Amino acid sequence: MNRVSSKEIKGFKVDLINKRAQEGALIPLLQSAQDSYGYIPEKAIHYISEVVGIPAADIYGVITFYAQFRLKPLGKNVIRICEGTACHVNGAKNIVKVLQNELGIGVGETTEDGLFTLQSVACLGCCSLAPVIMINDDTHGNLTPEMTKKVIKKYKSKTS
Amino acid sequence: MREIRVGLGTCGISAGGEAVYNKIKEEIKNKNLDVVVKETGCMGNCYDEVLVEVLEGNGSLLYGNITPDRVEKIITEHLVENKPVTEWIVKNSKDESKNEFLDEQQRIVLRNCGVIDPSSIEEYIAKDGYKAIQKVIANFSPKEVIDQVMKSGLRGRGGGGFSTGLKWKFAHDAKSEKKYVICNADEGDPGAFMDRSVLEGDPHAVLEGMMIASFAIGADEAYMYVRAEYPLAIRRLQMAIKQCEEKGFLGKNIFGSNVNFKIKIKEGAGAFVCGEETALMASIEGKRGVPRIRPPFPAQKGLWGKPTNINNVETFANVPWIILNGADAYAALGTEKSKGTKVFALAGKIVRSGLAEVPMGISIKDIVFRIGGGIKDGREFKAVQMGGPSGGCIPASMSELKIDYDEITKTGAIMGSGGLIVLDETTCMVDLAKYFLNFTQNESCGKCTFCRVGTKRMLEILERITMGQGEEKDLDLLEDLAEKIKSSSLCGLGQTAPNPVLTTMKYFREEYEAHIKDKRCPAHNCPALLTYTIDEEKCTGCTLCSRKCPVNAIAGEVKKPHVIDNEACIKCGLCYDVCKFDAVEKL
Repeated sequence: MNRVSSKEIKGFKVDLINKRAQEGALIPLLQSAQDSYGYIPEKAIHYISEVVGIPAADIYGVITFYAQFRLKPLGKNVIRICEGTACHVNGAKNIVKVLQNELGIGVGETTEDGLFTLQSVACLGCCSLAPVIMINDDTHGNLTPEMTKKVIKKYKSKTS
Repeated sequence: MREIRVGLGTCGISAGGEAVYNKIKEEIKNKNLDVVVKETGCMGNCYDEVLVEVLEGNGSLLYGNITPDRVEKIITEHLVENKPVTEWIVKNSKDESKNEFLDEQQRIVLRNCGVIDPSSIEEYIAKDGYKAIQKVIANFSPKEVIDQVMKSGLRGRGGGGFSTGLKWKFAHDAKSEKKYVICNADEGDPGAFMDRSVLEGDPHAVLEGMMIASFAIGADEAYMYVRAEYPLAIRRLQMAIKQCEEKGFLGKNIFGSNVNFKIKIKEGAGAFVCGEETALMASIEGKRGVPRIRPPFPAQKGLWGKPTNINNVETFANVPWIILNGADAYAALGTEKSKGTKVFALAGKIVRSGLAEVPMGISIKDIVFRIGGGIKDGREFKAVQMGGPSGGCIPASMSELKIDYDEITKTGAIMGSGGLIVLDETTCMVDLAKYFLNFTQNESCGKCTFCRVGTKRMLEILERITMGQGEEKDLDLLEDLAEKIKSSSLCGLGQTAPNPVLTTMKYFREEYEAHIKDKRCPAHNCPALLTYTIDEEKCTGCTLCSRKCPVNAIAGEVKKPHVIDNEACIKCGLCYDVCKFDAVEKL
């Protein structure tokens, strides 16, 4: 379920008109669609296809190639676990286990109540704070399994 | 006028820098002090974040580990009462005693990071900014610029190490009305954050380098391909480009000359392979990031079929300095074949983690111990991993090795983009190889069979080994697959994906053999080969471990020895960490 303001969708449609003439506009348009809707709905693929003249199947091929694009909406809180090298050697695996345990979902999944999505990323670039996770725009570093449990509890009570 | 600088790169922000910055501004305002408060990029010594520098007179004091509740004391005691808070100072510019992390460095690429406000073009200009491009336009021909860059010995800092001057020459010599310059800011190596810091802390230096390149090769348009995972870098670049356009530094007749040049930003969409130049160009063109065969090289046929010069962020950031200070000054640093400096991102099991820019030729030992402060928690230095997923491990026994492109390549590793992960005895080298292979397997575009299927097979073998199901023939099989994948892959991803496996097998073969023959992980890391138990004699029944266990796998009554249910145990090691009596054992 996605609550998107009509302003956001208008933003995407304006982008469509402005960008269509640009060469290589496909990826920026997909990024714009995702910014507006929170994911790329099928209707957006068809809009873009008509405008840039690329078949929807080819666009689907581009979407599924890049990790940034999603075809399903995300949970209210997006947890990104850094699985970069520094985090890996500093115990990221254990943080993943705790998160999976606390939320009852695996990496790449969303909780049934739509509150949390768990994703892994290759590197957040904050290696001095390893191990690191990001929840929405907030970074939590120097984590231990214990701290991770506390952080999740905080978000659970904040959003429920 | 006194000045306070707060390091606000992404790492500084993650460490809570914005709250500190806001508190400082609030205190200054409340106390009506005549002090300028400025945000800068990453200062480099990330291990001491949040960093706050106070500049007055001709000296400066750098405070480390500052939190919002420490701000009031600094403002009151240092700024008002003139009594610096000595216990929080990490560097005093007037002090003889060294800050080893910062003092050993030679900052060319990072010259302005942590010094200027990256959102101010005026501050960049005040530091000789945009003087190099003006010097070039006024005094040099494109060929002369290329000669300078060749003479400096600058080699591509993205990892390839190809001569930058020569690359520019190829693009210059290609005959075409339309040419492109591309900056590869798709820093994808896990553990590397050099480019991020330069883009966030000194975006104009990169733009100026691109301007000089475009003048040299005859391009009028450029793309900055930045990974989407760097939103702050993108924002700073957007601002910098806009400022340049407003001042006439970009657009038509830049700096009042007859040169036209514009720069556009293209965001990546989360594909490591797009750091490979032909995949990057495909991505800009709106396609799947699949590499293509070379020749033709981008210098002949690149973006949209036109001659294109692609360089890394760090390579471009070096260029204005080389033009202003001269090729000889740059070539005076470094080794015979690897000139200049290199920015390393030190991370892993090291005491002082952050960015260090040092002349090429420094030994691994000096980086790890003199600059990095040695291994965390008093552990033993085991190896460094260089070059990210394309690189390899160099064992501690080879730590006298001088870091330069060719010396590193001889070991089987590569210099790479500069990520340098330090490892200790708790790192399992088999697990590390598996980790990297998992990464490259995921990121493989799928075009070449050997890369697509071969890396998967290698990964399966490593998974079996770390699960205690390794077989005698596995090592030969891994080596055979590795050689075939290297020789049959069309791009750098496939050609280097087996490197972590090959180097760990070369230098740590005994660890592989322990996993396979003895079903044992010498580093006590691989969960399937570990069991956590409680020593009945040492356990006092304090119940701490039982209360802390995230999966309630420990049972026991107060003051009676506790027991771990190994079926439920997730091997997180928390009980091992919290036990005050050393009663938990990892076997």
